[in-house]
Amino acid sequence: MLLTGLRTAALAAVAIVCVSQSALAQKKYDTGASDTEIKIGNIMPYSGPASAYGVIGKTEQAYFNKINAEGGINGRKIKFISYDDGYSPPKAVEQARKLVESDEVLVVFNPLGTPSNSAIQKYLNGKKVPQLFVATGATKWNDPKDFPWTMGWQPSYQSEAHIYAKYLLKEKPDARIGVLYQNDDFGKDYLKGLKDGLGAKASMIAAEESYETTEPSIDGHIVKLKATGVGVFISITTPKFAAQAIKKLAEIDWHPLHIVSNVSASVGGVIKPAGFENSQGILSAAYAKDGADSQWDNDPGMKKFLDFLAKNYPEGNRLDGSVVYGYGVAQTLVKVLQMCGDDLTRANVMKQAASLKDFEPDTLLPGIKINTSATDFAPIEQLQMMRFKGEKWDLFGDIISGELSN
Amino acid sequence: MSAAEEVVTEGQAVEAVPKRAMTLGTGTSLVVLALLLVVPLFVKNFIIFQMTMLLIYGVAVLALNILTGGSGQFSLGQSAFYAIGAYTSAILMEHANINYALTLPVAGIICFAVGFLFGQPALRLSGVYLALATFALATAMPQLLKLGFFEHWTGGVQGLVVTKPDAPFGLPMSQDMWLYYFTLAITIAIYVGSVNLLRSRSGRAFMSIRDNEIAASSMGVNVSLYKTLAFGVSAGITGIAGGLGAIAVQFVAPDSYTITLAISLFLGMVVGGVGWLPGSFVGSAFIIFVPNIAEGISKGLSGAVFGVLLFLVIFLIPHGARQIAIVGQQLAGRLRR
Repeated sequence: MLLTGLRTAALAAVAIVCVSQSALAQKKYDTGASDTEIKIGNIMPYSGPASAYGVIGKTEQAYFNKINAEGGINGRKIKFISYDDGYSPPKAVEQARKLVESDEVLVVFNPLGTPSNSAIQKYLNGKKVPQLFVATGATKWNDPKDFPWTMGWQPSYQSEAHIYAKYLLKEKPDARIGVLYQNDDFGKDYLKGLKDGLGAKASMIAAEESYETTEPSIDGHIVKLKATGVGVFISITTPKFAAQAIKKLAEIDWHPLHIVSNVSASVGGVIKPAGFENSQGILSAAYAKDGADSQWDNDPGMKKFLDFLAKNYPEGNRLDGSVVYGYGVAQTLVKVLQMCGDDLTRANVMKQAASLKDFEPDTLLPGIKINTSATDFAPIEQLQMMRFKGEKWDLFGDIISGELSN
Repeated sequence: MSAAEEVVTEGQAVEAVPKRAMTLGTGTSLVVLALLLVVPLFVKNFIIFQMTMLLIYGVAVLALNILTGGSGQFSLGQSAFYAIGAYTSAILMEHANINYALTLPVAGIICFAVGFLFGQPALRLSGVYLALATFALATAMPQLLKLGFFEHWTGGVQGLVVTKPDAPFGLPMSQDMWLYYFTLAITIAIYVGSVNLLRSRSGRAFMSIRDNEIAASSMGVNVSLYKTLAFGVSAGITGIAGGLGAIAVQFVAPDSYTITLAISLFLGMVVGGVGWLPGSFVGSAFIIFVPNIAEGISKGLSGAVFGVLLFLVIFLIPHGARQIAIVGQQLAGRLRR
C-alpha cells in the first residue's frame, strides 16, 4: 500500500516535471529577449587607432536590417546596439556595462580587439552574459572550461601559423626562416604558433625582427633579414606594412619564399597597392572569399553577398575584407538565434552556439565549415593555402585544419 | 635683452589664481558631499560605476591642476604616471596577493619618486618645451610596458586581469557600491590634502613660482626644489588614481594608457578651469560623458561632434567651470541684497 502510494507520488512528480518542462520549453526568455524583439549589444572602435574596423559594425547593422525587413528571426526583430570604445580597454568596460546593465541586451556580440575583449571577459563571464564570436584572432578565446560564456569566431592566429609550419616542414624541411612580426598581441601570438608548429625544428627560424606600428617604414628590418641569408620570409604584418614589405623585397631584388599572414592577404588592400608584378608567387592562407577576386563572381554564396551590398548596404566596399567579415559573422549569429527557437535564454544561446554542425556562411571558402561543441569553442579552424598568380589568389592543396592540440 | 628680462617680460603661461578662489564655499561643499553620499543608494550599478570613474579621473585631473594651476608647469605625460600607478596596484594584487587598499600608498610612493626624478631634468625646460618632454614620456610608456624584460610581471601585450574586491566585514553592499564609497573616501582625503597643501607655505611657494620665478627666488624660495616637488606630488596623486582605476576597471593593458589619456586629462583640467580644484571633477565629467553624447549624435562623426562641443566650451567659457561658478556666486550675492 505504502509502496504503491509512493510510486504514484513519484509518477505524479515525474509527470509534473515533464509537463512544466514542455510548457517552459515553449517560450523562455532572459533579459533582452521578448516576443517581438531580441537585443544584441556590440562594441566597435568607430574612433581611434583601429577605426578602419568600424566598418564591421556598420555591415552587421545593415545585415540585421535586412533580416528584420525579411520578417526577423522567428518573428522577432533584432535590435542592434553598437557602441564606440575607441580601442581603449577602460572605455570597453564602461560600454559593456552600459550594454548589460542599462540597455539590458541578451548577448554581447562580436566586440572587437584583443585588449578590449580581455578587459570585459571576466565581467561578462561573472554576469553570465554571452561574449559571443569576439572579433579577434587571439588563441585564448577557446577556453570553455574557464570562460564558458566567451567564444571566438575566426581561425586563431596560432592555428593559421600552424598551417604554414606544416607546409614548410613538408615542402622545405631544410629552409632557414626569417620572420618579421608586429610587436603586439597579434604578432607575438602568431610567432608562438609558428614555433609550436615547427616543434622540434623551431631552430629553422634563423632570424626574427619586430617592428612597432608607429614606425613610418620597415625597410631597415627587411634589409637586415636579407643580410642573414634566409630562404623563407614570413611577414606577420598588418596591411600597410605587408604592402611596404612586398615593395621593398622587389626593390632590393630579394626573392625568398614569401608568406604573408591572412590579415594582410587582401587583394584590394595590400596586393594591388604593392603592385601585381611584385606579388607573384606569394603564399598565404584563407578562410573567406575575397570580394576583389573575380573567380567568385558566379559563386552562389558570393552572389547573395553582392546582392546584399547592392540592396541593403550600398556604401559598403566589396574590396574591403572587413565587409566580408561582418557579413559572415552576422550570418552566424542569425543562424544561432534561429536554432534557439523560442528558448531565448543566455544559457541556451551559448548551448546552441556550441552545437553548430557543418554550418557554411555565404562568404567562407567552399569546404570550410563551422563546427563547435561543448569542448570546442573555436568555430572556424580550417584554412586553405593559396598562391598569388596573375591578378588573383590560386587556392591549392587540401583544406587544412590548424586545430590546436591543447 | 638679458635672460632675466626675458623671463620677466614673457607673458604668464598660467593666469594667477588667488588661493581663496581655488575652492568652494563650505555650504556648497557640504551639499555636493551629501549628494555624492546619497545618490548611489538610488541608482543602478552601472551609474555607480560611472560615478566611480568620474571620481578617479577627477583625482587625476586634480593632480594635474596642482602642477599646472599651482606651480605653473605643463604636463602632457600624466598618462605615464597613471599607468605606473595602475600597474603597481595590479602587479601587487595579482602576483603578491597584497590587499588592494595597501597597494594604493605603494603606487603613490613609487609614482612620487618617478615624478620627482623626472622633474630633475625637466627643471631646465619650461612652457611648451616642458610639455613636449612630458609628451615623450607619455608616448614611450605603452611601449615600455610591452618590453619582454618586464613581461613576466606586466603580462606584456595581453595585460593583467585584476580581481574586484568585495565589501569587507560582510557589509550588505554590491562590489560596485563598496568600491564607490572606498574611492569617495580616498578622493575626499586627497582633495582636502590638496587644498591644505596649496594654502600652506609650500603652496604659496608653488604659486610664487607660477607668478614670477625670479621674484620667488629672490624671496628665498628654493625654485628647483619646489618645482620638482610639485612634479612629485602631482605624479604621486596621479598614481593613486591609476591604482584605483585598475581596481575599478579590473584590467590593465598598455593600450589603456596611451597619449589619448594624457590629452583627455589635460582637456579635463582646461574645461574645469585651470587652478580651480573643484573644477577638476567638472572636467572629469566632461571627458567621461561628452564623448558618449557625441556618439549619440553621430556614430561616424563622433570625433568631429566632440571637437565642436569642445570648441563651443572653450569659446563661450574660456575659463571653464570656474567662470560659471563665479557668475553663479555673483548672482546669488545680488539676490541676497
